Amino acid sequence: MADAPEITKHTIAVLVENKFGVLSRVAGLFSARGYNIESLSVGETLDPSVSRMTLVVSGDAFVIEQVMKQLHKLVDVIKVIDLSEETHVEREMLLIRVNAEPAARAEILRIADIFRAKVVDVTAASYTLEATGEESKIEAILELLRPFGIQEVVRTGKVAIARSPKGRLRRVEEKLGKVAPVRPANQDPRVFGFAD
Amino acid sequence: MKLSGARILLECLKREGVDLIFGLPGGAVLPIYDVLYDFEGIRHVLVRQEAAAGHAAEGYSRTTGRTGVCLVTSGPAATNLVTALQDALMDSIPLVAFTGQVPTHLIGNDAFQEADNVGITRSATKHNFLVKDGKDLAGIIKEAFHIASTGRPGPVHVDLPKDILVKEWPFEYPESVHLRSYNPTYDGHPGQIKKAARALVRAKRPVLYVGGGVISSNASPELHELAELTRVPVTQTLMGLGAFPMAHPLSLDMLGMHGTYYANMAVHHSDCLVAVGARFDDRVTGRVDAFAPNAEIIHIDIDPSSISKNIQVDIPIVGDCKRVLAKLVEAVREEMKTYPQGAVKEARRQWAEQIAEWKRAEPLRYEWSDEIIKPQYVIEEISNLTNGEALMVTGVGQHQMWAAQYYRFKHPRMWCTSGGLGTMGYGLPTAMGVQAGNPGKLVVNIDGDGSFAMNSQELATCFEEHLPVKTVIINNGGHGMVRQWQRIIYKERFCAIDLGTSPDFVKLAEAYGCTGIRATKPSEVVPALEKMISTPGPVVLDVWVNKDECVFPMVPAGGANVDMILAPPSREARDRAAKSQTGF
Repeated sequence: MADAPEITKHTIAVLVENKFGVLSRVAGLFSARGYNIESLSVGETLDPSVSRMTLVVSGDAFVIEQVMKQLHKLVDVIKVIDLSEETHVEREMLLIRVNAEPAARAEILRIADIFRAKVVDVTAASYTLEATGEESKIEAILELLRPFGIQEVVRTGKVAIARSPKGRLRRVEEKLGKVAPVRPANQDPRVFGFAD
Repeated sequence: MKLSGARILLECLKREGVDLIFGLPGGAVLPIYDVLYDFEGIRHVLVRQEAAAGHAAEGYSRTTGRTGVCLVTSGPAATNLVTALQDALMDSIPLVAFTGQVPTHLIGNDAFQEADNVGITRSATKHNFLVKDGKDLAGIIKEAFHIASTGRPGPVHVDLPKDILVKEWPFEYPESVHLRSYNPTYDGHPGQIKKAARALVRAKRPVLYVGGGVISSNASPELHELAELTRVPVTQTLMGLGAFPMAHPLSLDMLGMHGTYYANMAVHHSDCLVAVGARFDDRVTGRVDAFAPNAEIIHIDIDPSSISKNIQVDIPIVGDCKRVLAKLVEAVREEMKTYPQGAVKEARRQWAEQIAEWKRAEPLRYEWSDEIIKPQYVIEEISNLTNGEALMVTGVGQHQMWAAQYYRFKHPRMWCTSGGLGTMGYGLPTAMGVQAGNPGKLVVNIDGDGSFAMNSQELATCFEEHLPVKTVIINNGGHGMVRQWQRIIYKERFCAIDLGTSPDFVKLAEAYGCTGIRATKPSEVVPALEKMISTPGPVVLDVWVNKDECVFPMVPAGGANVDMILAPPSREARDRAAKSQTGF
C-alpha cells in the first residue's frame, strides 16, 4: 500500500455549541479513538452561545482526516477547520516562576527583555514572568531560564487565528451573524507581517 | 398550560407517534409511571432486565422503521441499558432511551441509585441530554427524536432528574426543530454520481456490496433497479441481509469472514466495487490491503466519517442511500445511451460466467448425518417451513452465522441481528420487541445455548405480555464459536467453553409458562419445527446439534478473504498450524 505515512502536527479550530458536556465529548472522542491530542484550549467567541476550541493534533493525513470527520460528527460541533491548511497565526502563553537570586536578577531580566516577556510578580527570591509566542519561542525561553531553577510553569496551550479575513471559519461566523462583516479592501487594515 | 415534567414527557411521546415503550420502573421514574397509570394510547411492555428494554426497542425499530423507545430508572438500570445503547450505535438503529436520575440538587452527591448516566452513555450514543431545566424538556425530546431518526440513525439518551418530572412547567410542543450544528447531507453530489455512473457502466467486473444503510433508508427497490439495469451482482453484509432477495440470480449472498466463497472471490477480483450503506467493517474486509485490490471503489454513505475510514475510496458519495441510488439509476441510464458497450459486454459476459463457475465450484455446504443433527440443516428447514417470510432474530455466535448463511432472505426489515457489537443475549429480548411491533406475525429467534441463557429471563416477559416468540436453540452444549476458534487457531486447547447440559431448556420454558420442545435426531427436526410454529404462545425448541460443527467458509481474523478455509482443516493442515505462531 502507501509508503510510511508522514506524521505532522495540525492546528484545528472547532466551533461548538457552548453547552454542558461539549468539552468531554471532544476529549472523549480523542481517547475513544486513540488519537493524540497535544493541546486543547477553549474560550468564548463574540457570541456567548458559541465556544471555540483550538486543538493541536499530530497524525498522518489519514488520521487527521478522520479526526476532522469525527469531530464534525458530534452533534454539538458547528464547524471544524484545519488551520494548518491556510496561513494562520499561532500563539501560546507561558507563566513561569523562576528562582531569582540577587546575582541572577539582571540576567533574567535581560532574557525576559529579549523575548518581550513581562515580569508580572516578584518576590525576594523569585520572578514570575509572562511570555507569549509561538511554540519555538516558548521552548527557547524555557531552556534559557532552566539553569536558574524553574519553580513552576503553566502553559495555556495554543490558540490560533487565520490570517485571511476570508478564511472559512470566518465565513461561518459571518453567516451566523457573530462577527462584523469584512470591511472593503481599501479600509482593510491588512496585516502583512507577523507583528509580535 | 402547565404540566408536570412526567406528563410533558408522555404528551411529547404521543405527539411523536409513540404507541409502545419497553421499560422497567424504579424510584427515579416513578412520577412517569404514575402518569402512565391512566394515560391512553401508549402500551408499556414490562421487561425483566433493562438491557432487554433496549434490545426490544431495537427489534421494534428495525422491523417497523420507526424510532424505538425505552424507559428505565436511574443508576443500575441506566448502566444495564448501556450494552443495548452501544449495540444500537454500532448497528445504526434509531432509539430514544429515557433514564431516571436523582433530583438535580442531589446530582454529584453519590445519592442512592445515582450514576453519572450521561457521562457513561456519552460514547455509547449518537447524542445524549441531561435535562437540567423543565422548560427545556419538550424541546429536548423533540431534538432527541430528530437526531435519532435522521442522518445516520442511532440511539439518543435523555436523562431525567426526578424533580424535573415532579415539578410543573409551561408546556408547548415545538412543531419543528432546528439545530445549526446538525445538518446531515441527503442528496449526493451530482458530479460524483455522474462519475460513479461512468465508472460502473465501463466496469468489466463490477460488484455491488450493500449493507444495513440500504435497510435503514428503505432503498431496496432502488437497489433492485440498479442491479437489474446494470446486471451487476450483489453481495450483502450481515446487517444488509434482506436488502436484496437471495433467490435472485444476481445475488452473491453474504460476504466477509463467514461469507460465501463466490462473494469473496467476486469482490476480490472485481474492478469496480460499489459499496452502498456499508462501512468496510473488519469482519467484511479481512486484511485491508488484500481487499478488492484492483477495484475502483465507489462508496455511498450518509456518514462522511465512514468514507475512507478503513479503505481508501476513489469515488465517495455522501448522501442517503435511497436518494443517491435513485439518481445513480438515472445517471446510469443516461450513460448507457451513449457508451458503446461492445467490449464491456463481452467482459461482463465472461464475468457472469466466472461467477457462475465459482458458485458451482464452492456452494455453501455441510456434511449430512443421519445420527446427529447438523445445525445448518435446522436453519434450512426453518427457511423452508417459513418460506422466507418470518421475521428472523438471532443471538450471537455460530448459530447467527449459520442463520445468515442458510436462511433464504427475501425482504428487507425482516432480520435483526447484533452485527457490530456482537452482543450475546440479543436474541430473545429483540424478538420480543419485534413481536410487539408486528402483532400476529411469525417471529423466530434462532439462538445458541450460551447466547440464549444470557437473557432467558425474558421468557417471563414473552409469557406475561402475550408475545408468542418462537425460539430455536441451536444447542451444542457450549460456546461454539469460541470452541471453533480454539479448535482451528488455538491448536485445540479448549478452555472455558463447555456449558454442559444445564439448564434443561424444555423445563426452563415450562417454568416460565411457555411451551418447551426438544429435538435430538435429524428425523425429529421438521416435526418439531412444525409443532413449534403451530403452537400458540411463546415456544422454546431445544435442538441438540453436533458440537464439533464449525462455520465454513471462514477467514481467520486478519487474513485475506481469498485465503478462506472452506472445510474442516485436514490432519496435515492442523499439524502445520500447530507449528506456526498464529495458527495460520
